[in-house]
Amino acid sequence: MSSQVMSTELLSQYLPILIFVGIAAVIAAAMLFGSMLVAKQKPDSEKLSAYECGFEPFNDARSKFDVRFYLVAILFIIFDLEVAFLFPWAVSLGRIGLFGFWSMMAFLGILTIGFIYEWKKGALDWE
Amino acid sequence: MQPVLTDLIPALPEIFLAVAALLLLMLGVFSGKNGTRLVSGLALVALVVTAVLLFRQEGYDVAFSGLFITDSFAVFSKLLILLGTGLSLIIAQNFIAREDMDRFEYPVLMVLATVGMMMMVSANDLLSLYVGLELQSLSLYVIAAFRRDSAKSTEAGLKYFVLGALSSGMLLYGISMIYGFAGTTNFITIAQVLQAGPASLGVIVGLVFVAAGLAFKISAVPFHMWTPDVYEGAPTPVSAFFAVAPKVAAICLFIRVLEGPFGSLLPQWRQVIEFCAVASMLVGSLAAIRQTNIKRLMAYSSIANIGYALVGVAAGTADGVQAVLIYMAIYLVMTVGTFAIIIGMRQKGKAVEEIADLAGLSKTSPMLALALAVFMFSMAGVPPAAGFFGKLLVFMAAWKAGLYPLSIIMALTSGISLYYYLKVCKVSWFDDVKEPLDRPAAGLSWVVTATALVVFPVALVIGTPVLNGAAAAAASLFH
Repeated sequence: MSSQVMSTELLSQYLPILIFVGIAAVIAAAMLFGSMLVAKQKPDSEKLSAYECGFEPFNDARSKFDVRFYLVAILFIIFDLEVAFLFPWAVSLGRIGLFGFWSMMAFLGILTIGFIYEWKKGALDWE
Repeated sequence: MQPVLTDLIPALPEIFLAVAALLLLMLGVFSGKNGTRLVSGLALVALVVTAVLLFRQEGYDVAFSGLFITDSFAVFSKLLILLGTGLSLIIAQNFIAREDMDRFEYPVLMVLATVGMMMMVSANDLLSLYVGLELQSLSLYVIAAFRRDSAKSTEAGLKYFVLGALSSGMLLYGISMIYGFAGTTNFITIAQVLQAGPASLGVIVGLVFVAAGLAFKISAVPFHMWTPDVYEGAPTPVSAFFAVAPKVAAICLFIRVLEGPFGSLLPQWRQVIEFCAVASMLVGSLAAIRQTNIKRLMAYSSIANIGYALVGVAAGTADGVQAVLIYMAIYLVMTVGTFAIIIGMRQKGKAVEEIADLAGLSKTSPMLALALAVFMFSMAGVPPAAGFFGKLLVFMAAWKAGLYPLSIIMALTSGISLYYYLKVCKVSWFDDVKEPLDRPAAGLSWVVTATALVVFPVALVIGTPVLNGAAAAAASLFH
């Protein structure tokens, strides 16, 4: 019984989130369906076609492009995430002490090894 | 309290292996084209040193603020995992050189996957469980697709990745449910919360999701669909590795999660495990009958074997856990041996993998045919071979726990599986030679000989220390 009381208490802490989700759903629904209900709808072929700066679209937007872009994007994500970790670490460095400092150094060391590997493998050369 | 560096000593073997993997990566990338042999050799040395470090560990200890635990159970499972990885690395040597897989990343990825598996069996928190599992899985996805130019290998990698990602998602969803309703992710605290009062429905739903996610990793039916395709498509040494080390790691993790934090929910999770066990045993032994490709046959055989292991898990007792550990140890040895024979199957230098290609093996290389027969009889559970004792221990543990229908189904499906194991023997002993197989490489012959000897006479002699080790490991979960 006590665990049920506890879980109800725990869940009630999340009530604001539930309310927030509810409000978000209502606003989104209002935006989507409001214009459908209230505004006048007179579709024609010009209105329904894709708008592209006044001229006809040349081809499909989903075209093939070089796989190397993906590689660059993936390599970028790694360093992007590194920075995302570095900011909170830098802010709280005073409280996490020497252990926290060396934890981040170990993380950076692992990333550096990965970086050396991709460099030597030629993943950074475009040609 | 500030953590200090000495807190990490319980995780020393893992830290050593992780650092070794990074150093091997650097060595490989700087040593150019011919580095694969050197890196593989050093990776083996690193695995051996890690095993030595593990032997020095004793008793119960935690690291990383309680996220990581070492006890006899963890040490026993890690030694099995290291044995599996080491043997898979040895039998891969000749193959990767001949099949255009001669890249030093192969051993490095295997070592990284091993670090992940060791983290998994030492997890003491749902999140360290997840991190270990992902380290293992991500390395395995890459190894499955290691032969980039082969459509089958890339397909295997992609299938494994998509279904693995799905199962990780289910696992994470379950973890979030458990966290929401139990208020913690730590195994010890979860156990305390669940013992304090009746579990809420949310925890049970979360547990079912976690169990489903883990069932994917051990390929228990109904989450087994990827196994035959991946085993068939992946390069043979990779299938061998998949069939041993990750299986052992995932089932040990399964045991740790179910018996540890959720031990008091035994009546709830037992139904799920019983269903998976029965379904795996039936599908594994019935679907294997029609297979003509020996790698697919081994995939279904591994599904059936996981079913037998789950029977021991369902018992929920220390006896059951001990039986599963022994079972997995024997399974590991005989599977590595069988795969060593499969890797060696070549006709005029070209790798073949049909059961029919084994025809007349007894005339061309009688010792190999004898070893194959030993493995097949052991897998089928015919008495003097080690496999029989593994099955017997599991059967007795389940019987003692009162799971009579489950034990009877186990005995029956084991009888069905005798048919297809013996069919392999029949082809290799009594069919006529169509196209003789080449002599396997020296390393493969050594592994085949050693594992065959362990499966038949040696296991009976050295069985006692392993049995005691498994008993101590099981007892450490139920203190």
